[in-house]
Amino acid sequence: MAGRTRIMRAREWAYPVPPVRREVLSAQPEADEGRPPVLFVPGFGHGAWAFAEFWLGHTAARGFPAYAMSLRGHGASGSAPHTTLRAYVHDVVQVAAGLPRQAVLVGHGAGALVVAKALARYPARAGVLAAPVLGGFGSFAAALWRNPLGTIPAVFGGPLRLGRRQLFSRELPAETARQYTSRLGRAAPLAQWQLLAHRPAEAPVGAPPVLVVGSPDDRVVSVSTLQRTAARYGGAPLLFPGMGHDLMLDARWREPIDAILDWLEKAFAATERSPLIGYERLDDLLPPVRPADPGAWVA
Amino acid sequence: MSETISPPSLWRDGRPVYDRGGTVCVIGAGASGLAAIKNLKEHGFGVDCYERETGVGGAWNWRHDRSPVYASTHLISSKPLTQYPDFPMPDTWPDYPHHSQLLSYLERYADHFDLRSHIWFGTEVVRVEPVEGGRWDVTTRGARGGAERTQRYAAVVVANGHNWWPKTPAYEGQEQFRGEVVHASAYSDPAQLRGRKVLVVGAGNTGCDLAVEAAQQAAKCWHSTRRGYWYTPKYVMGRPADQVNDLTLALRLPLRLRQWLFHRVLRMTVGDLSRFGLPRPDHKVYETHPIVNSQLIYYLGHGRITPVPDVARFTRTGVELTDGSTIDPDLVLLATGYLPRFEFLAPEILNLDADGRPRLHMHTFSRTHPTIAVAGLLQPDSGLFTLVHWQTVAIARWLRLRESDPQRAAAFWNAVASSPDRRWTQAKVKDSTRHWFEVGHTVYLRALQKTLDELEVAA
Ligand SMILES: Cc1cc2nc3c(=O)[nH]c(=O)nc-3n(C[C@H](O)[C@H](O)[C@H](O)COP(=O)(O)OP(=O)(O)OC[C@H]3O[C@@H](n4cnc5c(N)ncnc54)[C@H](O)[C@@H]3O)c2cc1C
Ligand SMILES: NC(=O)c1ccc[n+]([C@@H]2O[C@H](COP(=O)([O-])OP(=O)(O)OC[C@H]3O[C@@H](n4cnc5c(N)ncnc54)[C@H](OP(=O)(O)O)[C@@H]3O)[C@@H](O)[C@H]2O)c1
Repeated sequence: MAGRTRIMRAREWAYPVPPVRREVLSAQPEADEGRPPVLFVPGFGHGAWAFAEFWLGHTAARGFPAYAMSLRGHGASGSAPHTTLRAYVHDVVQVAAGLPRQAVLVGHGAGALVVAKALARYPARAGVLAAPVLGGFGSFAAALWRNPLGTIPAVFGGPLRLGRRQLFSRELPAETARQYTSRLGRAAPLAQWQLLAHRPAEAPVGAPPVLVVGSPDDRVVSVSTLQRTAARYGGAPLLFPGMGHDLMLDARWREPIDAILDWLEKAFAATERSPLIGYERLDDLLPPVRPADPGAWVA
Repeated sequence: MSETISPPSLWRDGRPVYDRGGTVCVIGAGASGLAAIKNLKEHGFGVDCYERETGVGGAWNWRHDRSPVYASTHLISSKPLTQYPDFPMPDTWPDYPHHSQLLSYLERYADHFDLRSHIWFGTEVVRVEPVEGGRWDVTTRGARGGAERTQRYAAVVVANGHNWWPKTPAYEGQEQFRGEVVHASAYSDPAQLRGRKVLVVGAGNTGCDLAVEAAQQAAKCWHSTRRGYWYTPKYVMGRPADQVNDLTLALRLPLRLRQWLFHRVLRMTVGDLSRFGLPRPDHKVYETHPIVNSQLIYYLGHGRITPVPDVARFTRTGVELTDGSTIDPDLVLLATGYLPRFEFLAPEILNLDADGRPRLHMHTFSRTHPTIAVAGLLQPDSGLFTLVHWQTVAIARWLRLRESDPQRAAAFWNAVASSPDRRWTQAKVKDSTRHWFEVGHTVYLRALQKTLDELEVAA
């Protein structure tokens, strides 16, 4: 997705987002093979816990340092009842920039919208939009149609509620599904309204590869939305039939995360092979280099 | 990961030249050089960076002999107006971080984006010469001596900093003065002040910080200024002053109104400074580089700083001032600023005038050589990193466009080569070497936005 990068950011300068305590969970691979860290960003109502169930450990087991965060007002992050999408984007960029290496951002649900916006502010190694809820009036109408009882209260500032049958397939035992839904919180009312109308995400900086994954049986995000979103980033979505919206918690959680990690491995193998113009090291020609003292990161 | 390299096929003055193909050379690994490496890499270029010191960070690395920072240096621009726009400083940091935090920020940036593998530390660039095809021969030498070596590059980005070569005034009678005269660049430790009678000359941000340090540490502190200034506190109306100022910019208030507002705010907070014996400003706010210091007024009010006029001459035992009075300091700190240096380049390449002032398009692009650019030769009324980030993105886009779309590149180049010098500040600033590179961040960034749009390469 090409497009203009807006560099005048008066609001960022005059009214920076206030800081907040942020929950970040992590799982590290046994050996560091130099792979980029993967940061999971949950959608509205979800917290880092949603990834900690399966995807976090699985990602680490496949050799990627894995992190999951909670947006402000979610999970164990600090409360933020009056916050907006902008603050969520700030949270993601703060966590990403705090990781030791350039990170891959994976956003789920409305977290994918937050990630799409964060990609315009932080040059990620890659972006993954899982079952992306990018908002707009179309998706509002669809939500009203499919889930009127869960959607109408949100119009008046109440929580946006997604039902068990929207989030999970029938393969997931009802009791497990109930446990998950009981852990759901809510996003701030302003941020929920912004799903309806917000500036579309600017083009990502640093031209990262972007992957869209989802399920044709997702009852929150339609296949046509997945296709449209993927096309905007110049690709086609990877589809996992038979799964609900919550790809990371549903019974067959392993399939999408394996596909994402396969895609990452392939994407990085490609960039490592692509010859940077005329680039090679001159180790044998130049005098030995004294390494810089690493210096501690003052936090 | 060394690779074998074919023997050189090029020669210059009887010495081999190693051809680095399309690689771009970056000079310096301070804040500007690091941004240049990152953004060139991001645009697909190979990059070799040469840094004469042993670490990254440039001015912010207090371990470097040439670092201008002193123990009490904190930012004067608050975090959101200072940081790289794509690598924010941590939320847990204060509004105005300490210089040691700035160094760790730059080190983190280098590690996060894997920049160190591109940097040759302890290697000084001694000559940069244009050769046919718009390419450059860059000659380097170990910073502690050693043989010279020449590599040929497709383009050069100069990021050597402009706050390390002291601008030192010469005074009549200075040679007979028995006390010590030191430029601020050689000062770093407040222990140098303890128990001494100190005269600080100059009221840039350095001079004001040093006067405050002397007020806290020295036996006596005089502060000499050759004009009156506006001293902005770090906080106004409960918020960092630069953020409040940016609100007036975002609202696009006219300059006159902004000046009136700023005068009001200063009058209500700092008040009339002539009551401390300071000269009245000979200019309006925004007509000199901003001075941000909350403590200077505080120590003036405590009588720990004695304001004095300009230095007329030195005597054996003291200093005579322009009002005819004499004082007897035993240490004189010259906080008189810095000048740019480009020893490795022929003066015409950057269009240097007789005073050594480069004339570049947007303080960035040479008007005669399309494949050389300077990064960070700016003195913004905000922090530098935001500007230098977009400036180096523009340089990278320009070099890309030259390869991908020669026709559009030619049009851009024609405009650069014939562009007149212009002012990048809203107000007309005082004529002083310290304002050579003064830019208003909004004025400059708006112009950069236009340039970036022109240089956009279709994906
Ligand atoms: C006391 C003080 C406080 C400041 N406070 C602020 C502030 O609050 N906010 C702000 O934004 N800015 C501030 N600045 C401005 C500061 O200069 C910039 O923030 C920034 O450090 C400039 O980075 P740079 O990379 O352009 O130059 P530098 O940091 O000077 O880096 C240049 C690098 O190039 C290397 N180099 C030079 N020549 C050669 C050569 N021939 N061969 C090889 N290497 C070479 C040098 O060793 C150095 O590492 C301050 C400056 C001073 C003096
Ligand atoms: N973050 C921080 O805390 C911090 C601290 C220090 C510096 N900085 C930055 O670093 C840069 C350099 O600052 P600086 O303070 O070192 O230098 P500066 O801004 O150039 O200030 C030099 C001062 O010395 C005076 N001066 C110059 N030549 C003189 C002479 N021959 N006789 C008498 N007075 C003379 C100048 O007066 P005139 O006004 O008349 O020219 C001015 O007051 C600036 O961008 C500054 O913002 C930041």
